[in-house]
Amino acid sequence: MKNHDNHISSDSANWTVLLILLILTTLSILAIKIHVGAFTVALALLLASVKVTIVLTYFMHLKFENLLLRLMVGGVFLLFAIVIAITFIDYYFR
Amino acid sequence: MSTTEHSEHIDSDTGKLGMWLFLFTELFLFGGLFIVYAVMRSKYAADFHHAALELNAFIGATNTVVLLVSSMTVAMSLTAIQQKKAGKAMGLLLITLILAGVFMVNKYFEWGHKFEIHLYPGSDVMKSMPHGEIMFFGLYYMMTGLHAIHVIIGGILLTVVIFKINSGKINAEHYLLQENSALYWHLVDLIWIFLFPLLYLIT
Amino acid sequence: MTNTVTKEPLNYLNHETGLWSWLTSTDHKRIGLLYMYSITVFFCVAAILGLLMRIEKMAPGQTIMTAQTYNGMFTIHGIIMIFIVVIPGLAAVFGNIFLPIMIGAKDVAFPKLNLFSWYLFMTGAMLGLYSQFANGHSPDTGWTFYVPYSAEASSNVVVALTAAFVLGFASILTGLNFIVTIHRMRAPGMTWFRMPLFPWSLYATAWIQLLATPIVGITLLMVIAERTLHIGFFDPSLGGDPVLYQHLFWIYSHPAVYVMILPAMGVVTEIFPTFSQKPVFGYVPIVFSSMAIALVGYFVWGHHMFTSGMSYESRWFFSFLTFLVAIPSAIKVFNWLSTMYGGSVDLKPPLLFAISFIFLFTIGGFTGLALGSLATNIQLHNTEFVVAHFHYIIFGGMGFAFFAAIHYWFPKIYGRMYSFKWANISWGFLFVGFNLLYFPLFIVGIQGMPRRYFDYDPKFQLGEALSTIGAFILIIGLIGMITNLIYHSRRGAIAPANPWHGVTLEWQIPSPPPHENFDEIPVITHEPYRFDHPHTN
Repeated sequence: MKNHDNHISSDSANWTVLLILLILTTLSILAIKIHVGAFTVALALLLASVKVTIVLTYFMHLKFENLLLRLMVGGVFLLFAIVIAITFIDYYFR
Repeated sequence: MSTTEHSEHIDSDTGKLGMWLFLFTELFLFGGLFIVYAVMRSKYAADFHHAALELNAFIGATNTVVLLVSSMTVAMSLTAIQQKKAGKAMGLLLITLILAGVFMVNKYFEWGHKFEIHLYPGSDVMKSMPHGEIMFFGLYYMMTGLHAIHVIIGGILLTVVIFKINSGKINAEHYLLQENSALYWHLVDLIWIFLFPLLYLIT
Repeated sequence: MTNTVTKEPLNYLNHETGLWSWLTSTDHKRIGLLYMYSITVFFCVAAILGLLMRIEKMAPGQTIMTAQTYNGMFTIHGIIMIFIVVIPGLAAVFGNIFLPIMIGAKDVAFPKLNLFSWYLFMTGAMLGLYSQFANGHSPDTGWTFYVPYSAEASSNVVVALTAAFVLGFASILTGLNFIVTIHRMRAPGMTWFRMPLFPWSLYATAWIQLLATPIVGITLLMVIAERTLHIGFFDPSLGGDPVLYQHLFWIYSHPAVYVMILPAMGVVTEIFPTFSQKPVFGYVPIVFSSMAIALVGYFVWGHHMFTSGMSYESRWFFSFLTFLVAIPSAIKVFNWLSTMYGGSVDLKPPLLFAISFIFLFTIGGFTGLALGSLATNIQLHNTEFVVAHFHYIIFGGMGFAFFAAIHYWFPKIYGRMYSFKWANISWGFLFVGFNLLYFPLFIVGIQGMPRRYFDYDPKFQLGEALSTIGAFILIIGLIGMITNLIYHSRRGAIAPANPWHGVTLEWQIPSPPPHENFDEIPVITHEPYRFDHPHTN
């Protein structure tokens, strides 16, 4: 189980990622103050998705993994989105 | 892809793929709850807004920051072990555990407060609330409860990792367990990144 | 090792002995057999429950059991058959035993996890049995645990739900193990398109196990929370939505049908080329149809809910997708038939079962289209037509494929051969009994006989009585088959390493396989199913 040719992220890179994540968190808290009506949730989810993508890419090292794994992760999120969408074909039209 | 040499140990790519697949199942486990959330929220948008006011956004935000920082310390600890700095790696994991503790203490006070004012499933207070608010708090308890269980499991995993670094079983050459535990911890963070706006920020 | 004088050479069955060596073995072949023995026991229990239900319906009115007992019986029959027998069935038994061998590996990727899955499986199975016999009465919700009844019934529903949850977890871990095994453990030279088709079907199956099972896991937890903590997601009096439960339940449980049927298709895809001595027709279309079934099968769950009050738009959407699934399934049927066409067909017991698989699966598939159309569904939903349909798919499909698989791989597993004569006779009883048992249910179903009733209008008696007679014939066939196999697993004639002249890797090693499968990991130089060139090993 020898680990080899793995990417090593530097501490400063990790700090930078954290900083960006904290800024995005602040943004999402501020976003609810400006009332954008129905888009509040959409905006919150969008910011959350950006944060999740950053965590996946840098903290979870997806950027440095092989293409196959990245496709799998993308596929899993896509599958979930499709399942929600199909469920809403029922709820939206009911 | 070739398996020319055979050892008793699991090689790191195999182990990591297994962990990622496991994380997929975790995502879908929470996914079921997110489906319920989506359906209920579309049905009771106004009630959800109203109920979310009851939650303390400050505690929620604090816990978000706590988990984000802990995610970084876990990532840095992995860097440290790769650079043969075992002491630093253990120190960073210890900080992570303390942050996990802070998260759980916050959670304890948050839940405790709600129980004090009899805001829990099945209570008379809750039964008298509008339907949408009952659903909201049901989801709140179920989602944060399941998440808290994952925080505890993650904490246990990281504790094991600390002991194994200490005994030298995890080192700059062999750190699959630490890598996988870190992935698990990031997942805990990842779920919370979605939970925080959906529960606390929809006021 | 050579200094020990034994009659048989060392293999995975005799290199260690004693019960303990089995219960702690991480050898994929032994774990597969552990699954097979436990699944067989549970299958027999559930089959007897099925027979008792049929006896109850021999004549109108109460004959041998009360309505409540009947409700408990069809519930536990369903839970055992679905969660313990058919979902793990082929993947956990033959997948475990043959997946590593067929891709040229010494074991699965995570052998300890594999053993752990079996213990989880047994824990879940025991909990399932416990729910039947613990104080209070056995669950009577049906295996689908529909709310609101499952949230209110006074029976041991929580235990049964926990059982299903634990069994689901075991299934997830098996799927996870198989995906990693296929990705990481293939022998040198075995590219994706040199992989035999049974492993391909297991790969498609494993993704469903991995990505669908967690949804039912959380759903069952929600029902447990509903019962114990009054959370009420599905309780209309608290604002919940019972139809949402059905969505969540079928998001898993429909793909679960493909967890059962895909490996079954994989098994017969191995059998047809071997017994026709001819390459499989359309290797690539079979691969892609497996993946297509897995993918599209994930999006058709709503066809179980046409009468549950879904929106019209989602009903036609689900109906349309349901019809789409028929295409890849039909592609496979054409491929199997074309594989046999022009080959030197050898009608040995495995092929006999495989051909009956096509016959029964096709009937099940066509009646499935009748249920997938919105108009006919309204008439047929919740009648015994549905019962007949899914037994044709699950028992006629997956069950007969399981029988085909055990007759195909038996000489490899035990190194001995069963009696062809008894296998053929048992097949006759099984085939006739099966059709007599389930075909009349199509007819009484169309006439309006509801499912899950312990009693019926006397006008249905002919169909119901024929069905009960069929059940007895089927049971005779089962007894004959199981006896033949058990008896000859120890006393049968010694089988050669390759009795059917198969070309996939499992036939190139001794029977029974050695503990580590291969002395030397084979190097794969060509696609599977080439009968013209003698295998280079």
